Amino acid sequence: MNVDKRPVVFIILAMITILIGTVLTTFLPLFLGTAKANLEKIIPYKPLELEGRDIYIREGCNNCHTQTVRPLPFETARYGPPSRLEDSAIDRPHLWGSKRTGPDLAHVGRKYPAPWHYLHLKSPQSMYPQSNMPSYVWLADRKLDTTYSERKMNVLGYPYTAEDLRDLSDKTEMDALVAYLMRLGKETRD
Amino acid sequence: MDNQYEYRAIKGFAISSLFWAIVGLLVGILISLELVYPSFNITPWLTYGRLRPIHTNALIYGFTVPAAFSLFFFLVQRLGRTRLAFPRLAQATLYFFNIAIVLAALSLFAGMTQSKEYSELEWPLDIAIVILWVMFSINIIGTIIKRKEEQMYVSLWYILATVVGVAIVYIGNNIAVPVSWFKSYSIYAGANDANVQWWFGHNAVAFVFTTLPLAVFYYILPKATNAPLYSHRLSIIGFWSLIFAYLWTGAHHLIYTPLPDWIQTVAIAFSFFLIAPSWASVINGYGTMNGQWEQMRSNYLVKFIILGITFYAMQTIQGPSQAVRAFSALIHYTDWVPGHVHMGTMGWVTMTLSAGFYYMIPVIYNTKIYSIKLANLHFWLVLIGQLTYSVTMWINGIRQGAMWQAMNKDGSLVYSNFIQTLTPNYPFWNMRTAGGVIFFAGFLVFVYNIYKTIQTAPAVQKA
Repeated sequence: MNVDKRPVVFIILAMITILIGTVLTTFLPLFLGTAKANLEKIIPYKPLELEGRDIYIREGCNNCHTQTVRPLPFETARYGPPSRLEDSAIDRPHLWGSKRTGPDLAHVGRKYPAPWHYLHLKSPQSMYPQSNMPSYVWLADRKLDTTYSERKMNVLGYPYTAEDLRDLSDKTEMDALVAYLMRLGKETRD
Repeated sequence: MDNQYEYRAIKGFAISSLFWAIVGLLVGILISLELVYPSFNITPWLTYGRLRPIHTNALIYGFTVPAAFSLFFFLVQRLGRTRLAFPRLAQATLYFFNIAIVLAALSLFAGMTQSKEYSELEWPLDIAIVILWVMFSINIIGTIIKRKEEQMYVSLWYILATVVGVAIVYIGNNIAVPVSWFKSYSIYAGANDANVQWWFGHNAVAFVFTTLPLAVFYYILPKATNAPLYSHRLSIIGFWSLIFAYLWTGAHHLIYTPLPDWIQTVAIAFSFFLIAPSWASVINGYGTMNGQWEQMRSNYLVKFIILGITFYAMQTIQGPSQAVRAFSALIHYTDWVPGHVHMGTMGWVTMTLSAGFYYMIPVIYNTKIYSIKLANLHFWLVLIGQLTYSVTMWINGIRQGAMWQAMNKDGSLVYSNFIQTLTPNYPFWNMRTAGGVIFFAGFLVFVYNIYKTIQTAPAVQKA
């Protein structure tokens, strides 16, 4: 059979060839449960934290900051315990990142208090004169848009109360982002 | 004499591609400055976090993809000795493409992103891209089916692999649940989401930055050198093992993450396997040059195509070496990685596509290249610019990695404050900007040369 003379057969064979590795290494693990974490201990996001996470995504923080600590001595000495499956098990999408222009943030919520983050986000250079991080001072002037907050929680299937939603009123985008940062490193109940 | 072929959309896509390349490169220079001078981050729309995806998307979807639309529409007609199957559909694809890219750029400026690397566009634009790809594929497959040359030359194989491969990985990674017109959440969570994302990420490299330029490479190589392909059999073996092995390797981007070890290890093993099929094309390139290496001096097309495949050769050795756990521990998350990526994109991909344009544009406009001198200037500027960029980033990446790793005897970190490891980047990053500017200057020479070539075309051909 000369596949180089029969384009339709060729396309089908190419598709099968491409799908073998795809199915075995990418789609099978979705159902095998090998990458499955114990969901019982995981603390779901509150609406404010989720809105903060969406601002983190919108501003592309993941372009410079990772959220995954490798099990290597120099890494745990700097950032804390190695990341586990549980830490990101409910994250859609994941925010592990691929580049550390700035430091890893997997445990940053346990490293600094909230006021530190407000100051730092407004002017990173006020704390580290040689930092290259942009100022996000304008987030403090923008009221948080809560139009889709409830819908987001429903889509992701996170539990919430009416009080959680009331918490969103009068918050700025800065408040939400800091709430999200303060959660990092506090994913589970142990 | 060339009236049997349809060139209108080809011309449009070539010009679109060059235009979006200039935009993408300018954004690249701006973000490289922002990394050293944070005051360049004026207004939310121009912050680094929003611009970096615009840089990558503009050069992947704005430059490389339409360059392929252009060159592939040319190749399928030439290699099939037949006219494009649906010329009006091709024209519609061209208009739809440019509208989609403008909307894509605006949406990224506004911060609408799925956050998945190289797949940032939100769901309505994902659907637009899938429709565009289907429109493109119908023309490619339709033209190949009605071809008059029975045997499909290896370039057509790589074209078909690109058509199929991009569709599979793009759709697979972008499945999401919409919350609004501008926001969606991935259907995958956590480690699974990461695994799917890097299966996509690495195979965007496979089907946009590998099979796509290889299709052009295998066509231009014999044309430029005026010699037959070194080994057809090698190209067959190389092809099938390449598109088989690539899909297993995505998780080498996730070494030392919580992703289960077996997936990482399989990915590392297949990364090494990939050297063989990658080098099949390299050997074909060098073998074809047998006995006529003097053309490296006299023939500008040969310079681009052979330097291109040489960077591909280095890229496909460097890539697997980065998958070794011990080496990954040092260079992952550092500047080494952009150094690696830019050797592939600025070296291999851009040089090969440039050779494709230098060959194709005079043919479709029925003229000669405007200036070989300028083509040579273009060659040297992009070569120097790219080497400056990559070498600087490799050195800096190793320095960064070494500083992050440095520990005292008591187990404490030598550079315990991250800022200590950041500030030494600045001189390297200035050097990187310089490399980018030189590369950009080379690219402008290229665009000018193409523009003047089109200007010198006989009046009938200009349309």
